Amino acid sequence: MKEHSILIGGSAGDGSKKAGLIIAKLLSSYGYQIYIHEDYQSVIRGGHNFSLIRASNEKVLTHRDEIDLLIAFNEDTIKRHTKRLKDKDMVIYNSDAFEFDRGNGFPIETIAKNIGGLLIMKNTALVGAFAKTVGIDWNTLKKVLISELKVATDKNLLVAKEAYKTAQAKMKIPKLSSYKRPLISGNSAIVLGSLKAGLDSYFAYPMTPATSILNCMAQKGVKYGVKVFQPENEIAVANAAIGAAFAGSRVMIGTSGGGFALMNEALSFAAQAEIPLVVVNVSRSGPSTGLPTYGGQSDLFHVLSAGHGDFDRFVVAPGDPEEAFYLTQLTMDIAWRYQIPSIILSDKDLAECTYSFDLDSLEKYTPGKLSLWDRKGEYKRFKITKDGVSPIAFPGEKGAVVKATSYEHDEFGIAIEDEKTTKLMQDKRSRKFRSLEKEISKIKAVKVYGNKKSKTAIIAWGSVKGAAIEFAKEKNIKMIQPLIMSPFPEKQIKRALLGVSRIITVETNNRGQLAQLLRYYGIESKSVLKYTGRLFTTKELISKIKI
Amino acid sequence: MENLNLPTKNTWCPGCGNFPLLKSLKKAIVEIEKEGKKRENFVLVGGIGCHGKITDYININSFSGLHGRAVSLAEGIKIANPNLDVICCSGDGDSYNEGMAHLIHTAKRNTNITVIIHDNHNFALTVKQYTSTSPKGFKGSSTPEGSIETPINPLELMIASGATFVARGYSSKTEHLADLIKKGIKHKGFSFIEVLQPCVTWYNTLEKYNKSVYEIETEKGISKNRALTLASKWDYNSEKRIPIGIFYQEIKKSFEEEAFSRDGVKEKVEMRKLLKDYA
Repeated sequence: MKEHSILIGGSAGDGSKKAGLIIAKLLSSYGYQIYIHEDYQSVIRGGHNFSLIRASNEKVLTHRDEIDLLIAFNEDTIKRHTKRLKDKDMVIYNSDAFEFDRGNGFPIETIAKNIGGLLIMKNTALVGAFAKTVGIDWNTLKKVLISELKVATDKNLLVAKEAYKTAQAKMKIPKLSSYKRPLISGNSAIVLGSLKAGLDSYFAYPMTPATSILNCMAQKGVKYGVKVFQPENEIAVANAAIGAAFAGSRVMIGTSGGGFALMNEALSFAAQAEIPLVVVNVSRSGPSTGLPTYGGQSDLFHVLSAGHGDFDRFVVAPGDPEEAFYLTQLTMDIAWRYQIPSIILSDKDLAECTYSFDLDSLEKYTPGKLSLWDRKGEYKRFKITKDGVSPIAFPGEKGAVVKATSYEHDEFGIAIEDEKTTKLMQDKRSRKFRSLEKEISKIKAVKVYGNKKSKTAIIAWGSVKGAAIEFAKEKNIKMIQPLIMSPFPEKQIKRALLGVSRIITVETNNRGQLAQLLRYYGIESKSVLKYTGRLFTTKELISKIKI
Repeated sequence: MENLNLPTKNTWCPGCGNFPLLKSLKKAIVEIEKEGKKRENFVLVGGIGCHGKITDYININSFSGLHGRAVSLAEGIKIANPNLDVICCSGDGDSYNEGMAHLIHTAKRNTNITVIIHDNHNFALTVKQYTSTSPKGFKGSSTPEGSIETPINPLELMIASGATFVARGYSSKTEHLADLIKKGIKHKGFSFIEVLQPCVTWYNTLEKYNKSVYEIETEKGISKNRALTLASKWDYNSEKRIPIGIFYQEIKKSFEEEAFSRDGVKEKVEMRKLLKDYA
């Protein structure tokens, strides 16, 4: 594997994230596959933020601990990260801010000032110095800067040029090809997937790390007619979405664990009223406010059991943007065809890290057929059918009186309290889920990587898959990833585990939630857990799991 | 009006103020239908409480939601399909207690829905507890010594929050109430109709209202300050005379009209084009 890891860090407000993205785009222009790991604190100014860019000739879904180059806006970044350096002299830093005895310092603030630019342009200067240091040609840099810096582009170019002239080539990042892939985050992939699936409305209340879905919808979704609505709280979000879906709008809502908790009652309502409610829960480190800008997979049990009363839900857990794109389409389709609450369980690292996205390798999703009312006879919103799914009609349709309710109800949607109808309706709703289980058994709900014949397997889900795959490859073992969490693909997991005698479940939560879920299905595994808000790296897995 | 009836068994207490309220609602719908509005374009939303049963007693599209969330449910329906006339019945416990935030914010946004509050000044379905509009000293099952809280004045609150149609009716005055509901539905923006609805079983205000209610006619273009003064004439706590009628009305663009004016220019989703932004 040909690869390069570059860490750029500073305090909030330095613009290190933007500089990191430009660096990633430069390397992407050189044909590399990218993964950017983002680490930031819940502050607007100050603190320590960094982006770790890994560029490789192969697909990468995780970062490495070691780095080839450190780019520092401040001394704090040096103190925190020099130990990661393979070559301790490979440092580029802001010599206006501090003195350092190794690497190359650039007076980036002075450069920005002399050109007559804003102080923030120091990040452009640092990018210029970087490009020269690793041997990226000026034209490539210029092109990327023009497309990335739409404001004061000319000044930025002058600043970059000045720093570029001053710097010297220290290492060579060779050009692989001219094939440049788009760089997207897990959240963007969910946006794209939902647009592909014909999204009509997106409702949300801001909450990290789900907020960028709302922002992206407001910026891009509206062009495609998406109604973006930010109500007063998550309870309003969920209930308004149920109303919108009832009126025929393909709606999606998004939040993180705390907001999802507020939506619990509505989730149960959606199940009772048979409303296709699609919820994105981008989990972060809890309990409670926890570490608001850090990750974790602590919401698996939460999404599987959220909402009072007995009801089933569809739950997917993508591990990379391609899966997020595909599974969002699947979820919207399933939610509408089965008229059930459906959840896309993402996590902070998938949501906010950036990945090369290969459109050509994407699996094409073909949605199924929606059961619509045939306009014959009296309309029954909750008509009893063999598979449990009642044909759908929306208010506004001539000849149909569409009635739904949070109460237990009869076929017309009128509240009832008798035992017979209660059982009939409970059975009808579970029959839908049995039908869904059958459908899910025919699609790929579990992925297998690495040495498929190995007697040792690790099981990982969500964003942990990146490190787990690399670990499995390095140790020549099998890696299994469930993509659908409900209905749980028991048979597919058991098939993947045939011949396996040792199972290790790797998760970023404290209780080993997937391991407990597997135990429910009779699968015993050893848990390897991390619950510090940070992702596993391959190196950590190597040190924690002896093969 | 008969074809709005359903064979469902009505379970409201005999003499409940909800009966004449339902009658007024049906009358308003029938009259608007006569003006050319189609039956299938009405949606009635209900919350939880005695009022919420109303959706089962009228043969139009309906959605009965969660406690306190009726207004949000109604707002979602309107946003999804602005061609629908969304009427939202809710109670004092439902929208003044449990769901106050939604009421205030939906009024602020001026979403074009009509909210009718069946205000019986108590949680009747859970057997008489005090609500936001119970008078001080209200003796309920959770306040045997009398509630120590003073009630809120929902009309003042709604005028202050930005509602563009604010009215109060009395369930026993069905003609007057039907007219308010009709005007509320036809008003383009957030219409708020507070209905004094006697709870004959737990808190019978029938006689009191019959004596103290009087109709008002407000001038066109009434100022907010003047409307607030009118609204403050009765504070939900005293034995003063109670004005009913329209307190405030204002012409303003509705939320969904302003927010989603780009409707209908839906571009086709082309992934390669979309991904160009990310290259």
